[in-house]
Amino acid sequence: MKILVAVKRVIDYNVKVRVKADQSGVELANVKMSMNPFDEIGVEEALRLREAGKADEIIALSLGVQQCQETIRTALAMGADRGILIRTDAELEPLAVAKLMKAVVEREQPGLVITGKQSIDGDNTQTGQMLAALLGWPQGTFAYRIEIDDGEMDLTREIDGGLETVRLKMPAVVTTDLRLNEPRFASLPNIMRAKKKPVDTLTPEDLGIDVTPRVKTLKVTEPPKRDAGVRVGSVAELIEKLKNEAKVI
Amino acid sequence: MSVLVIAEHDNAALAAATLNTIAAARRLDDDVHVLVAGAGCAGVADAAAKVAGVGKVRVADDPAYANQLAENLATLVTGIASEYSYVLVAATKAGKNVLPRAAALLDVSPISDISGIESADTFVRPIYAGNAIATVQSIDPIKLVSVRATSFDAAPEEGGAAVVETVEAAGDSGLSAFVGQDLTQSERPELTSARIVISGGRGMQSGDNFALLEDVADKLGAAVGASRAAVDAGFVPNDYQVGQTGKVVAPDLYVAVGISGAIQHLAGMKESKVIVAINKDEEAPIFQVADYGLVADLFQAVPELSAELSKS
Ligand SMILES: Cc1cc2nc3c(=O)[nH]c(=O)nc-3n(C[C@H](O)[C@H](O)[C@H](O)COP(=O)(O)OP(=O)(O)OC[C@H]3O[C@@H](n4cnc5c(N)ncnc54)[C@H](O)[C@@H]3O)c2cc1C
Repeated sequence: MKILVAVKRVIDYNVKVRVKADQSGVELANVKMSMNPFDEIGVEEALRLREAGKADEIIALSLGVQQCQETIRTALAMGADRGILIRTDAELEPLAVAKLMKAVVEREQPGLVITGKQSIDGDNTQTGQMLAALLGWPQGTFAYRIEIDDGEMDLTREIDGGLETVRLKMPAVVTTDLRLNEPRFASLPNIMRAKKKPVDTLTPEDLGIDVTPRVKTLKVTEPPKRDAGVRVGSVAELIEKLKNEAKVI
Repeated sequence: MSVLVIAEHDNAALAAATLNTIAAARRLDDDVHVLVAGAGCAGVADAAAKVAGVGKVRVADDPAYANQLAENLATLVTGIASEYSYVLVAATKAGKNVLPRAAALLDVSPISDISGIESADTFVRPIYAGNAIATVQSIDPIKLVSVRATSFDAAPEEGGAAVVETVEAAGDSGLSAFVGQDLTQSERPELTSARIVISGGRGMQSGDNFALLEDVADKLGAAVGASRAAVDAGFVPNDYQVGQTGKVVAPDLYVAVGISGAIQHLAGMKESKVIVAINKDEEAPIFQVADYGLVADLFQAVPELSAELSKS
């Protein structure tokens, strides 16, 4: 079985993002970029499935600017076999990403597609579900544990009340949640080896997909700032303040 | 221009977040319908019909919807969506599971987790863990939107008298099946709608030590939450996690104990009315958003808090 894993290039989770003065977006110049953390979990899960003999090839797919190559290289260094870059400078919304991914799925015929449950930039939580819909495949969102057997998958998912297990027909789309696994680091020899692994580049035009956005961003602003309050010297003072000043207990 | 709200429920009760979603729907149009898809869910339909501002409840009572499988529910929603200008759902895990699937089937670009409504086609939503706020405009003929419950006051549970009618079930996709659930049992209020939340982080050191927080929670009628680090370490179940990739809460009082205040955690609680931080590190970033900060060892401060609360 082939596994297709989506890997997105995002601002590193440790960076404090800054809104641009002209309100057109957030500052991306000279900012550290990394693989979306949920996608690292996706790559790791694919590797574990291959190690368990459930998969034989892992393709890392990224969509966006030329520098997404670096994100693909990270996935290859972790252990993915080859990469595909859908290169475009256009702003891609999740619906467009899902359509592009569908076109890649039709070419590559994977038995499983893994995406992150959300990317930590747009926080949309949409792409995996939309891809599954467009393909007519089942979806296993917010994956906590997956077990594949006989062309079926038992997928335990994080839900608001706890955990839930569903059985999905394969092929399927899975979106990763935090507790699925702990991603490995790429070793230096593997980073070197990854440089020789093949990466194909395609464009939305090659795939015949219109990526014109349906949702326009009118402006991006700073959130309202919350002022730091006061320090209290004791538990008794804290309770007194909560009762008489804040009046919340 | 009517609005369809997809109800979240467990076949027995309507989820609190649906009431906030109905309130958001009312801001868009007076004609609000609620879809209740479930199995043996007549009680939920009756409850939805009583919610103030609901004009019609549409019920699909069928085994295919017993466990809210997205594959089945999305097909049902897309079958009736063309009758509406908007389809809304709460931005919970259940809502986020189904809405994008329905949107893709309709070739619509959905809008997730709105915290405000600017006009009929323009919405406000947090991005980058709430470190930036985007104002976005949809050009799709039907708008599919998930609603951040804490940003909209709940619609009153009483006061409505909506008509209840049946919608035909749209079948079972055969793609997925429900196997089982392992739900966290608790007598305490639900995290996302509790008036007071007390959360613990890595500083709690163990799951057993969460008993200290539970003790205070029970005196205050509070819910108990956690940071990602506390969940990852196995101190508490995953559904306790507050933050960018967990639950968003905005209680009257949020008490963060042994939590450093990473941006991903702040994303889930910084809209709380009053924030208290208890941390032994006076430099911890949590103090930058706390209304009341107590620099102390939690293993002294929390038992003392509990004892003081018993006195009064
Ligand atoms: C993709 C991604 C998503 C994430 N999503 C979330 C999310 O949704 N929610 C979330 O919370 N985090 C999330 N995180 C993790 C986040 O970045 C932080 O790692 C996490 O919030 C830290 O948890 P913590 O504050 O409990 O632990 P730490 O940062 O380790 O802080 C522990 C604190 O406890 C204090 N302490 C220790 N002992 C005591 C004591 N005896 N008395 C008093 N204080 C004490 C310490 O001073 C310290 O400040 C995410 C990270 C990533 C990469």
